[in-house]
Amino acid sequence: MSSANHHSSPASGKSSHGSFKSYIVGFILSLVLTVLSFGAVMSGAVPKGLVLPAIVVLCVAQLIVQLVFFLHMGTSPDERDNTAIFLFTMLIIAIVVAGSLWVMHNANVNMMPMHMSAGQAMTRD
Amino acid sequence: MFGKLSLDAVPYHEPIIMGTLAIIVLGGIAVLAAITRYGKWGYLWKEWFTSVDHKRIGVMYIIMALVMLLRGFADAIMMRLQQALASNDAAGYLPPHHYDQIFTAHGVIMIFFMAMPFIIGLMNIIVPLQIGARDVAYPFLNSLSFWLSAVGVILIMLSMFVGDFAATGWLAYPPLSELGYSPTVGVDYYIWALQISGLGTTLTGINFIVTILRMRAPGMSLMQMPVFTWTALVANVLIVAAFPVLTATLALLTADRYLDMHFFTNELGGNAMMYINLIWVWGHPEVYILILPCFGAFSEIISTFSGKPLFGYKSMVYATVSIGVLSFMVWLHHFFTMGSGANVNAFFGIMTMIISVPTGVKLFNWLFTMYRGRIRFTAPVYWTIGFMVTFVIGGVTGVLMAVPAADFVLHNSLFLIAHFHNVIIGGVVFGCIAAMNFWFPKAFGFTLNEKLGKASFWCWLVGFYLAFMPVYVLGFKGMTRRMNHYANPEWHPYLVVAFIGAVVIMAGIALTVLQLAVSIKDRKKNLDLTGDPWGGRTLEWSTSSPPPFYNFAHVPKITSLEHYWDEKESGKAAQVGRYEDIHMPRNTGAGVIIAGFGFLLTFGLVWHIWWLAIIGLAGMIGTFIARSYDRDVDYYVSAKEVERIESAHFTQMKEVA
Repeated sequence: MSSANHHSSPASGKSSHGSFKSYIVGFILSLVLTVLSFGAVMSGAVPKGLVLPAIVVLCVAQLIVQLVFFLHMGTSPDERDNTAIFLFTMLIIAIVVAGSLWVMHNANVNMMPMHMSAGQAMTRD
Repeated sequence: MFGKLSLDAVPYHEPIIMGTLAIIVLGGIAVLAAITRYGKWGYLWKEWFTSVDHKRIGVMYIIMALVMLLRGFADAIMMRLQQALASNDAAGYLPPHHYDQIFTAHGVIMIFFMAMPFIIGLMNIIVPLQIGARDVAYPFLNSLSFWLSAVGVILIMLSMFVGDFAATGWLAYPPLSELGYSPTVGVDYYIWALQISGLGTTLTGINFIVTILRMRAPGMSLMQMPVFTWTALVANVLIVAAFPVLTATLALLTADRYLDMHFFTNELGGNAMMYINLIWVWGHPEVYILILPCFGAFSEIISTFSGKPLFGYKSMVYATVSIGVLSFMVWLHHFFTMGSGANVNAFFGIMTMIISVPTGVKLFNWLFTMYRGRIRFTAPVYWTIGFMVTFVIGGVTGVLMAVPAADFVLHNSLFLIAHFHNVIIGGVVFGCIAAMNFWFPKAFGFTLNEKLGKASFWCWLVGFYLAFMPVYVLGFKGMTRRMNHYANPEWHPYLVVAFIGAVVIMAGIALTVLQLAVSIKDRKKNLDLTGDPWGGRTLEWSTSSPPPFYNFAHVPKITSLEHYWDEKESGKAAQVGRYEDIHMPRNTGAGVIIAGFGFLLTFGLVWHIWWLAIIGLAGMIGTFIARSYDRDVDYYVSAKEVERIESAHFTQMKEVA
């Protein structure tokens, strides 16, 4: 169907699917980050209060590694479209989710009578 | 067997509804008989219903939009008449339950089934031509999108005669729209009409994003796309980002009504405020989905008829894109009074004021485009100038309400009603009609009657101000929206003036219909033989009017923003070369058939006729699978055929010259 207009447009270069090397690099980085996460919890080398932040940081790093090496996000011309669309999607989701939480939480705090719990308010209805 | 459906569902006792039904049935029989009499069924089926040609699908969208404009306007003038009558002791002629359905239907129809099809129809006709493509990226999907929207229209029209429609207001806020307060099928009609047409809209969004990003003529970079295509791109990105939110929100409401869930009920932990929050997360981008392509159309019109390139093309693009992003950050201004704190309200109030800045940029761009131009005052230019004046007033009242403290006074008053009609009529309706006047010769090969077009414009403009300026005043006087009856005699004169305004608008609509009829009758006198009746600047004017079904015999190599204009200036426009075979998609009835099963599915769901719903769903999926095994979906137009069509066009052009 989409072949109705077969001439390629300026943007439609062949999208890169990565090389053997990039997959191996990504795989090793993922392994290292996973081991580090487990290590942070199991070895006891990381102070108690820092375990959670450490895992979060490692998790985000893992996410970025997989996006770059497996989903081919990047700044090269081939990948730019993908990256831009991904970032836009993330932005919209962040706005909608964070915004809704903020709005609803704020409304709850404002509208729930101070001296009353949610349960009490409902039984009074 | 038939779920909740029985013969009692037909409102025999309502004379107004039965009268309408009689007219529609008689009119329908007349149309069907005429089609049969002239043996046009085969033609309609082969050339239109099964067509995957973006131009034909666009025309069908716009015909649907015009029909729904009549329906939506009939609702509007009925409400105006009711309010002009129902003062003090008088009760008017519409009982409250019927009146509630009318204002709900008016809103739903005008947004979902008038404005959206009109905008999507325009994008269908123009975008592929402007970017030098031979069709959209997924032609079959395009046909499917149209027919799914048509099912939504059928459901809404049917709800008038079989059962009832939602009486909840156009966004069906819970808890009113929950089963406990709306036990009839009205809200179910609402839900399924929006879900099935929303599916079509989402598919259109995907289709056009791919088309614009992947099928531009070689050499056309993003910053060389015509402004209308840019606005279409942003509008479609908004569709894809926002419509899933609507789908999910309505799905949650459906779960409440059908599966005894409690997402938005008052009891068992439900929270109706979440619905209001979510529906506006979709709702605000939606208004920009409607207005942005209109901005694009105005840009093309004003630049063409001023004989100048658009002033500040880049700022126009950046303004469009920033409006697109900002439109996701203002939704709370629809419910400042819901109970969030001052900091939340202040944030969304300020964002709302900020979003008016790029819109202001656009306005100055249009003014500077006109500055020192040789403006030809054609009908599309009348609409554009009328838009610029009217839209500024609407924009200013909008910014006024962006102040949360002011909104607490004005919320749900007629001031709000006047504001959004001010921007939607002044922006979207004027934009659609301007675009229709502008691009009509491209779609049909002859121009529209100028005199009647201008007469229609004056009626619309004067009628609009007569109808809505009193409504602003009524807002200040404290009249709230959706009133079936009121006891304050002071309001009455304003509502009478508003009714007269609506009558003047009716004259405007009648003149538009007359304009179409007269233009079709006189088409031989107004033929557009060159394909470029206005001295156009963008690529769509480089083809014949109407364009051949393959659009371009040679796909142009784009070298500049106003490629076609530059070629005309340097005398390179009409060059003949060697022709090649052209690869085209084949027509398919799958879209109509899937939509037909979609109708069975949604009708079955509305009335709880489960076997019918299952047949519908199975039919939809089955047809889709069958279609995906169909390998005969494309064909080649031979170079000889192309040469024949093209040389006929060139002979025609030479005769004119």
